[in-house]
Amino acid sequence: MNRYTFTQAVDADGAVREKIGADVRFIAGGTNLIDLMKYNVERPDRVVDITKLPMRDIAEAPHGGLRLGALVTNAVCAYDTRIAERYPLLREAILSGASPQLRNAATTGGNLLQRTRCYYFYDVDTPCNKRQPGSGCPAIGGLNRIHAILGTSEHCIATNPSDMNVAMAALGATVNVRGTSGERAIPILDFHRLPDDKPEVDTNLRGDELITSVDLPDEAFATHYTYLKLRDRASYAFALVSVAAALRMEGGTIAEARIALGGVAHKPWRRPEVEALLKGAKPGLQTFSKVADALLEGSRPQSQNAYKIQLAHRAIIRALTQAADGTPQSVADKAIL
Amino acid sequence: MTVTASDHTHAIPIDLHINNQPTRLEVEPWTSLLDALREQLHLTGTKKGCDHGQCGACTVLIDGTRINSCLALAVMQDGKAITTIEGLGTVETLHPMQAAFIEHDAFQCGYCTPGQICSAVGMIKEGHARTADEIRELMSGNLCRCGAYSNILAAIEQVMGANISSEKVAA
Ligand SMILES: Cc1cc2nc3c(=O)[nH]c(=O)nc-3n(C[C@H](O)[C@H](O)[C@H](O)COP(=O)(O)OP(=O)(O)OC[C@H]3O[C@@H](n4cnc5c(N)ncnc54)[C@H](O)[C@@H]3O)c2cc1C
Ligand code: SF4
Ligand code: FES
Ligand code: FES
Repeated sequence: MNRYTFTQAVDADGAVREKIGADVRFIAGGTNLIDLMKYNVERPDRVVDITKLPMRDIAEAPHGGLRLGALVTNAVCAYDTRIAERYPLLREAILSGASPQLRNAATTGGNLLQRTRCYYFYDVDTPCNKRQPGSGCPAIGGLNRIHAILGTSEHCIATNPSDMNVAMAALGATVNVRGTSGERAIPILDFHRLPDDKPEVDTNLRGDELITSVDLPDEAFATHYTYLKLRDRASYAFALVSVAAALRMEGGTIAEARIALGGVAHKPWRRPEVEALLKGAKPGLQTFSKVADALLEGSRPQSQNAYKIQLAHRAIIRALTQAADGTPQSVADKAIL
Repeated sequence: MTVTASDHTHAIPIDLHINNQPTRLEVEPWTSLLDALREQLHLTGTKKGCDHGQCGACTVLIDGTRINSCLALAVMQDGKAITTIEGLGTVETLHPMQAAFIEHDAFQCGYCTPGQICSAVGMIKEGHARTADEIRELMSGNLCRCGAYSNILAAIEQVMGANISSEKVAA
């Protein structure tokens, strides 16, 4: 690990002032930053501990819904009774990620900003446009079994590895941030970005900005939802493909649908215009299959990940079926029904 | 703790309660809790498997909560209570989880065992595991290369069973 100056922020404004400069990093749970520093992928001059800031509460949000402080750990969030009752989709997505030890440390803000697990990104002896802009992307034509099929560019085909982010995208969360020029609220779908020609930039968060909280909207989809995560082993592994599906049912008809995909793109993948196809429809294999086709339109396989297109297609259908039936995927029971 | 922005070459003093002992030590800002425990305090019960959060061998309890000490900075633990395998029981008076691991032959090489035991103790305290499937899922952060999983599960089930019955007796 490189040598750095360590400071502790005592208030949010102080933290934001400390953050000025390209080589400053906040540290929260540390489970991504320390890992990356050990590999010399991150080499900050200065590390600012933000864990003493008052951002640990889960409270009613001003316009309905719940507000999660940026330092609420993934475990505290998932096991909070209000989250369990109102946002079981978020709970299940979080509980499918990482391990209990990691979830005890990982925070809401840190999870939003966790970086890709692309092997080349982690290996400083190889080129990587995300780590070293302009050096090239060896994943294209290289080892890319875990890489993206949607929204890729010729510069980067990495995925966002988070499960929490996928559920938050389906729910339509808002990320509240604070910088030197004040506060702003960023809709989750605008928070992460596609790689385009700037793969080194994962999100639209500005350099000096601190994530302070995340708002979950009132509409919680607490009955018809599922988080279906497919991976190489049944626990403690990142998603190859995941689907967060949430439906609002009226009688036997779908009144509103949300579908977010994980493991397939540089950001949680949502297409509201495709979700609209389900409005007023009755659940059924053919309808769900058409929606899966539309969601995956434009998908482009790399040399080793063509399997993801069919896997995602089937996962979308399965997840929508589970959501419509009100039989969400269980994290502990590994059978996928 | 006062940490000054300019002072990055010097170690920073922190106060910890390690296994109920007040302990003052000086750590460099890039030292992991795992390295501080093993290299500075010579508490080598806590193991380094992967050093990247991928195996669970370094699991310790911070204020009763299980975490991977390889992905925690020592300097951020000022004022915290840390429990390692050395603090759970002694050779004379084993912690019930240690006794159950021996009884059920829940290890072969033993390298993952301190992490497994700390993790199991943390898991029971969290209180979310009720079935064998849930124990498996909530112990999945601890890998065992020797594959002692079924015996580890049996040991944990025994301790949980004992807990459940003693609670019933108390009630
Ligand atoms: C072995 C392993 C397996 C994993 N498996 C999964 C998985 O299956 N699914 C999954 O979703 N995740 C998984 N993870 C990732 C884990 O969820 C993340 O490491 C964690 O969420 C990061 O949170 P943190 O608080 O520890 O972040 P940190 O490491 O503290 O920070 C991460 C980044 O966010 C920045 N940051 C943190 N908080 C703020 C803030 N409030 N404002 C601005 N910037 C901030 C930091 O500067 C840093 O750049 C895994 C991790 C490991 C090590
Ligand atoms: S896919 Fe992105 S992160 Fe991976 S090597 Fe290419 S540029 Fe780097
Ligand atoms: S040594 Fe910490 S998880 Fe492997
Ligand atoms: S007993 Fe050998 S690794 Fe678990």
